Amino acid sequence: MINYNVDENGFYGKFGGAYIPEMLYPNVEELRQNYLKIMAEPEFQEELQTLLKDYVGRPTPLYFAKRLSEKYNTNIYLKREDLNHTGAHKINNTVGQVLMAKRLGKKRIIAETGAGQHGVATATVCALMGLECIVYMGEVDIQRQAPNVARMKMLGATVVPATSGSKTLKDATNEAIRDWINNPEDTYYIIGSVVGPHPYPDMVARFQSVISEEIKVQLKEKTGSENPDYVVACVGGGSNAAGAFYHYLDTPEVKLVAVEAAGLGVGSGESAATSVLGREGIIHGSRTLLMQTDDGQVTEPYSISAGLDYPGVGPLHAHLHQSGRAIFESITDDEALQAVLELTRLEGIIPALESAHALAALGRIGAKPDEVIVVNLSGRGDKDLTTYLDRFELHGK
Amino acid sequence: MENRIKTLFEQKPQGLLSVYFTAGYPNLEDTVPIILELEKNGVDLIEVGMPFSDPLADGPTIQQSSEIALRNGMTIPKLFEQLKDIRQYTQIPLVLMGYLNPVMQYGVERFCQKAKEIGIDGIILPDLPLSDYVREYKALFEQNNLSKIFLITPQTPEQRIREIDSHTNGFVYMVSSASVTGSTNGKAVVNTGYFERVGQMGLRNPGMIGFGIHNRDTFSQACNHARGAIIGSAFIKALAQEGSLEQNIQTFIQRIKQEV
Repeated sequence: MINYNVDENGFYGKFGGAYIPEMLYPNVEELRQNYLKIMAEPEFQEELQTLLKDYVGRPTPLYFAKRLSEKYNTNIYLKREDLNHTGAHKINNTVGQVLMAKRLGKKRIIAETGAGQHGVATATVCALMGLECIVYMGEVDIQRQAPNVARMKMLGATVVPATSGSKTLKDATNEAIRDWINNPEDTYYIIGSVVGPHPYPDMVARFQSVISEEIKVQLKEKTGSENPDYVVACVGGGSNAAGAFYHYLDTPEVKLVAVEAAGLGVGSGESAATSVLGREGIIHGSRTLLMQTDDGQVTEPYSISAGLDYPGVGPLHAHLHQSGRAIFESITDDEALQAVLELTRLEGIIPALESAHALAALGRIGAKPDEVIVVNLSGRGDKDLTTYLDRFELHGK
Repeated sequence: MENRIKTLFEQKPQGLLSVYFTAGYPNLEDTVPIILELEKNGVDLIEVGMPFSDPLADGPTIQQSSEIALRNGMTIPKLFEQLKDIRQYTQIPLVLMGYLNPVMQYGVERFCQKAKEIGIDGIILPDLPLSDYVREYKALFEQNNLSKIFLITPQTPEQRIREIDSHTNGFVYMVSSASVTGSTNGKAVVNTGYFERVGQMGLRNPGMIGFGIHNRDTFSQACNHARGAIIGSAFIKALAQEGSLEQNIQTFIQRIKQEV
């Protein structure tokens, strides 16, 4: 049987590892030696579970989307991560990591953010814990996700624009890593996805695994079986997908569908569909699938969705792709926007652009009338309203 | 033949000056002229940077020079093409420095063979972990007479410094302070405790101090604590000055070496 969990050297199959400059070694090594131990401490778990319940608002509902199900002639459940405090799944991870940072005695928190959901979730827990917070965000993303920038500022975080490269998530991550190199003693880096050097991909997946843990219990209550036929989630770095897949990885009868952003189309040159366009390489300390030139220079990705606009993918997902455990789909900007409108008008839920990519894959799956699909609705669309009003020509109506 | 880095450290006891520049910057074909001009001005060792789109350990100066070099069309095959006859003109020790991904895509084995063929003496890949190097590549580098040079920092524990020292040859690259390249906040030169600590460890390899060394003062202070020092970002800034390449290099190097 294939092992889908990380091995002792930090690899998922041949993907993962910790390809970092020596300057980061002490911090990453400290984390590697301690993260499992700390996560296993009863006091840590108690504090985490209490926060998840009373502060984040977990468990999030598993909602049977009746009208959406009728449309696709199957049974669709939405895991409502959009109902978490701050509006996305990201806070599951930041609550966990901020407690980790406190256990390690760190005083200053840094983070990268794409859509701003991770930045907001980090700024939120830092306000809660009284810690200094610096968030790196691509200049392009600062423009297109303005409401989240405002929220971070309101929460007391410093938002630093990343002005290099494509000025998006990749570049924000570069800047955060450089900050960590410059501040090795007191700073903790809260990575927002299942990317980066080991142990981050595993640690973030564990903090997000609460999603599939709850799905199992809730689905059993609703259908009598804890296993759906499909779990569908969008993948940029892949943290919400990792969380939604986690407790199903070793259950092959549950098909896992990872949905990437095709941007203007996978062949257009303006895309972020890493599983199609990438090959093995190294980005942000991890060996994984990477969009790159023949010479190994990282390609600038494109997606309308800032959270999926990333040229790599977490090493777990690279492994799931290569081993065939997950089905990978790619969805264009237009298809995602169509799915936004569809969910909004059928169910009264405005999804985030990222999550809309997962919804848009429903038409591709070909599920039978008696089958069950769980879509991880990773975030809500408040941050994307300007884009939606523009694209759907709703201004002034 | 003997590795030129080894020979250099055997012959020159103190005050070694190593200079880094990004291949393909300011212009694509400047690589060989810069090397020859640096040698002419008495530089002891040269680190030729292989530009990468996402240089994590570098500050703005090297990031920008890398971006321009890539835009100019610099690639590893192009660099090897430029350097193929370099040993007809100079015997100065040459180190290639870059990030792992472009080397991995070129093929590490092919890269090492080609480097040997040209007469390269050392390789620095900051994001190739020591454990991976020892497990997968050490034999390959040694077969090709290439020194694999590793970085240490003020935060590197003593045991790890010893481990690095045992697997490397050439020199130990002592990162002066916790920072990316090109920082001139002065932390570099006051870190005497760390330099002394490493100095007293009696390592097999000589030490060279780099990161934040940017003028005569910082260079000479670094030389008091190690066999020499490495200048990168400050030199790249000098290349961007008005005037000819030759003039800019001469002015910069003379200023560094004055009265050391």
